[in-house]
Amino acid sequence: MAAIKLDGLTKVYPGGVRAVDDLTLTIPDGEFFALLGPSGCGKTTLLRTIAGLEEATSGSVRIGDRDVTHLPPGKRELAMVFQDYALFPHMTVVDNISYPLKIKGLAKDDRLGRAVKAGDELSLDGLMQRRPAELSGGQQQRVALARAIATHPQVFLFDEPLSNLDARLRLEARTFLKRLQRDLGVTTVFVTHDQAEALAMADRMAVMDAGRIRQVGTAREVFQRPASTFVANFIGSTPMNLLSGVVRGQAVNVSGQIVQLPGDARQHVTDGQDVVVGVRPEYLSLSQSAADGALRGVVAIVENLGTASLVTLESDGFTVAATVADGEEPAIGTDAWALPIPGRTLVYRREDGELVDAPVVAAVA
Amino acid sequence: MTPRDFVGRIGFYVLIGLVTAFFALPMLWLVGTPFDEQPGLALSVPDPTLGNFSELLDNRFALPSLLNSVLLALGTAVLVVAFAATAAYSLSRVRIPGRDVLLYLLLLLSSIVTGTAAMVPIFLLMFELGLIDSRVGVVLVLSGGLLPAAIFILKDFMDSVPKSYEESARVFGASAFQILRDVVVPVIRPGLATIAVWTIVNVWGNFLVPFILLRDADKQPAAVLMRTFYTEGGAPNLALISTFSLLFSIPVVVMYLFVNRKYGFRFYGGIKS
Amino acid sequence: MAQQTTLPPAEQPAPAAEARPRPATDVAGLGRGRAAAFVGPAMVLIAVFLVFPALWTLYIGITNYRLTGVQARVPEIVGFDNYADALGDPTFHNALFLTLVFVLFSAVLGQNLLGFALARSLATLRPVLRRVVESLVLLAWIIPGSIVAFLWLALLDRDAGTLNALLQTPGLAWLIDYPLVSIIVFNIWRGTAFSMLLYSAALASVPPSQLETARLVGASRWQTLRDVVFPHIRGHVLTNTLLISLWTFNDFTPFLITAGGPNDRTEILPVYIYNTAISGGQMGYGAAVSLIMLVINLIIALFYIRLLRERR
Ligand SMILES: Nc1ncnc2c1ncn2[C@@H]1O[C@H](COP(=O)(O)OP(=O)(O)OP(=O)(O)O)[C@@H](O)[C@H]1O
Ligand SMILES: [Mg+2]
Repeated sequence: MAAIKLDGLTKVYPGGVRAVDDLTLTIPDGEFFALLGPSGCGKTTLLRTIAGLEEATSGSVRIGDRDVTHLPPGKRELAMVFQDYALFPHMTVVDNISYPLKIKGLAKDDRLGRAVKAGDELSLDGLMQRRPAELSGGQQQRVALARAIATHPQVFLFDEPLSNLDARLRLEARTFLKRLQRDLGVTTVFVTHDQAEALAMADRMAVMDAGRIRQVGTAREVFQRPASTFVANFIGSTPMNLLSGVVRGQAVNVSGQIVQLPGDARQHVTDGQDVVVGVRPEYLSLSQSAADGALRGVVAIVENLGTASLVTLESDGFTVAATVADGEEPAIGTDAWALPIPGRTLVYRREDGELVDAPVVAAVA
Repeated sequence: MTPRDFVGRIGFYVLIGLVTAFFALPMLWLVGTPFDEQPGLALSVPDPTLGNFSELLDNRFALPSLLNSVLLALGTAVLVVAFAATAAYSLSRVRIPGRDVLLYLLLLLSSIVTGTAAMVPIFLLMFELGLIDSRVGVVLVLSGGLLPAAIFILKDFMDSVPKSYEESARVFGASAFQILRDVVVPVIRPGLATIAVWTIVNVWGNFLVPFILLRDADKQPAAVLMRTFYTEGGAPNLALISTFSLLFSIPVVVMYLFVNRKYGFRFYGGIKS
Repeated sequence: MAQQTTLPPAEQPAPAAEARPRPATDVAGLGRGRAAAFVGPAMVLIAVFLVFPALWTLYIGITNYRLTGVQARVPEIVGFDNYADALGDPTFHNALFLTLVFVLFSAVLGQNLLGFALARSLATLRPVLRRVVESLVLLAWIIPGSIVAFLWLALLDRDAGTLNALLQTPGLAWLIDYPLVSIIVFNIWRGTAFSMLLYSAALASVPPSQLETARLVGASRWQTLRDVVFPHIRGHVLTNTLLISLWTFNDFTPFLITAGGPNDRTEILPVYIYNTAISGGQMGYGAAVSLIMLVINLIIALFYIRLLRERR
């Protein structure tokens, strides 16, 4: 097993697209690490550069104590599961699983033994003589996993391995994959579009944008304390309220209404500074009567989220959304007050979108 | 159904019948005459016999010419499949500078430089190279003519094969050669078979190129030799012509049936260009 | 001969290997060097046996190249004499005119219309019947030319031919009295398969919902064809017409039936080139005519490629 260390990694495609931009990151041994970010932000490119399928333009990749930056993919001792699984259509399941072992020069009996064992672990026993076309999506995915684990790699790389499964199967595969990774203890990098997947599975995650990492941390850290308005916007099932305002003493003036500054932010702002106040709809409590420090608005929209409802208030110059338990929705057109729960309000600098307590030149670790 | 529709329907079937007859009429001779005790030019119900086939053995050139056809067809197929496959593979997978221009030119070339339009320079070229009356020469010329289209078709095929197959093999550590042998060739086998059949059908029926390049009757393929059966003076030997024609046409018909069953006629324009 | 050993370098499209060896970045781990080696053999064959002859035509066309005699050893440059000769030669005019008529009637009209009619009517036939008709049309297309040529010679034979027996016109010499009509009909018979296949595919791509809409509003069969079907397959019609014209224009099979005769009456361009250059030995003149043919091919092909690009 091995840690992955990326240092100043950059990948520029021939057309000039800077898909990975001076990226430094360490993934400790045995960690399940998720890469999250909007489409086109460079997740796949980063994964492929770690795998060696793309040549790094500059910077280095280390796996364990080896510098693999200039090694071909086959020498890096990693296994990759592709989004389309890349099972060879002309080989049976058992041949597919044992093909990498054949390449590595194992004797036929060893190959078969290991392939059968890997297949058993993923409950593929009855399917070993079938061809990929004769398998369901979920079964194909398990074959791809079996093929990856049979090689006993140092590192797993997954590029959206669950995106071809239907919603229910995806949930099952999620738990299954997480358990498998825990049992094997292999360092894993997992690319996904789906933040719920990342939040549920990853030990730590990174949010990427335009080839750079915007935030690294545990799922809880990223969810509760997005390091920038970009991450705040991206993470969460309902988007965070981001209200532009101006610092006035101990509070922020948002289009004429006042929001108290959280204690830890006060020392980082100056009077008159342009800021953005961020607060999740879940962290706003809604009432029908005036409350001190609450934002007032007229109830404009009520959306049913299942067990809760999302209520959107409109006010002069901004809108703000809050969740309420079902059955407690205010009537549309009435006045309501949204009060931030203490300690859950975040304040960002307007000019660069970072938290006010971050160093001014944003550096990410 | 109104009476008018009914008349229309009858008229429609009469027309279909006429068209069918138009296409069937010339071919009936090919089916009946080889087995006719007294082969003639006119269609007739045959007195069944297999005796006509002995003519094939009696003519010194007949069977060897079929062998020549086989040699030319297989030789060309091997060259075209091997060269087109390697070229299409690298054009599909490697960003060779000028690749798009090259493909564009190939497409253009394959359609304008036909055997007919280029028969003069090709004849002269082979004449100067001393390759007149050489079967190898014919194979080379035919391959050169078929390669552009073959590369084009195969590249299309190759482009539709996911790159992740090869990439995943690379991650396992497979060498370029292992990837070719274990992954690429098996996956594109249907495409290779298509090109092989397409080449064979094309060469099998090609008349012009061997006609201008091969003078020696011992080297001529069936397509060329067959013409001497009915143009050299004297009454044509119909027993020979009919049995020879049947034997000569069976391979392409079988191959057509095979292709039709296996791939349907998805690749039309393919089987003959 | 000097020409063939000094191939113009521009014809070798295989790129030069990169100066600095770089790790393979393509999906297959091939690397540019090996990739070039893979493309090489095909390009060499194409260059020598396709590109070079086409370019060499330019040179031969301005010489008085002959196969035998003095001009065979030392061909002289005669400039544009061959072109001037061809353009002023009534036999060339005749060949060009015959070719035009042949292509127009057998391909543009004959194969096109019959192929379309077949594609449309076969769709309404019972599958068994449909298979039979389709197979016959396809057979005519795939059986070697030398065989079908003889089948037609037998069919049209003056004394014992089946056609005369059927039409009760004994002794009518079709190939002497109506030679051009004969090869036109022959070429329709021979080549309709392609149009039929292409139009079958094209017609299958017309959305059934649109056809049903037309039926619901009570459009006649002709109106449906004009307003619903045709707009959908316009591209296919153009593609088909260009391709079959190109192929018919370059078709040598009529030679097997009439060899250009009687008296040049079926001497279409391909046969004309064969008769003057290969048979008659006037290589320079033949090359000049070939070049004219190549240029016509080029024009049709450019049209076709432009069409393909527009549809992308
Ligand atoms: N082979 C390539 N050549 C040039 N540019 C590329 C290539 N592959 C990707 N790119 C560009 O690099 C950027 C990052 O692409 P990448 O595939 O890594 O994104 P991604 O985060 O995986 O997106 P998605 O979530 O849609 O899969 C994009 O702008 C893309 O257009
Ligand atoms: Mg991706």
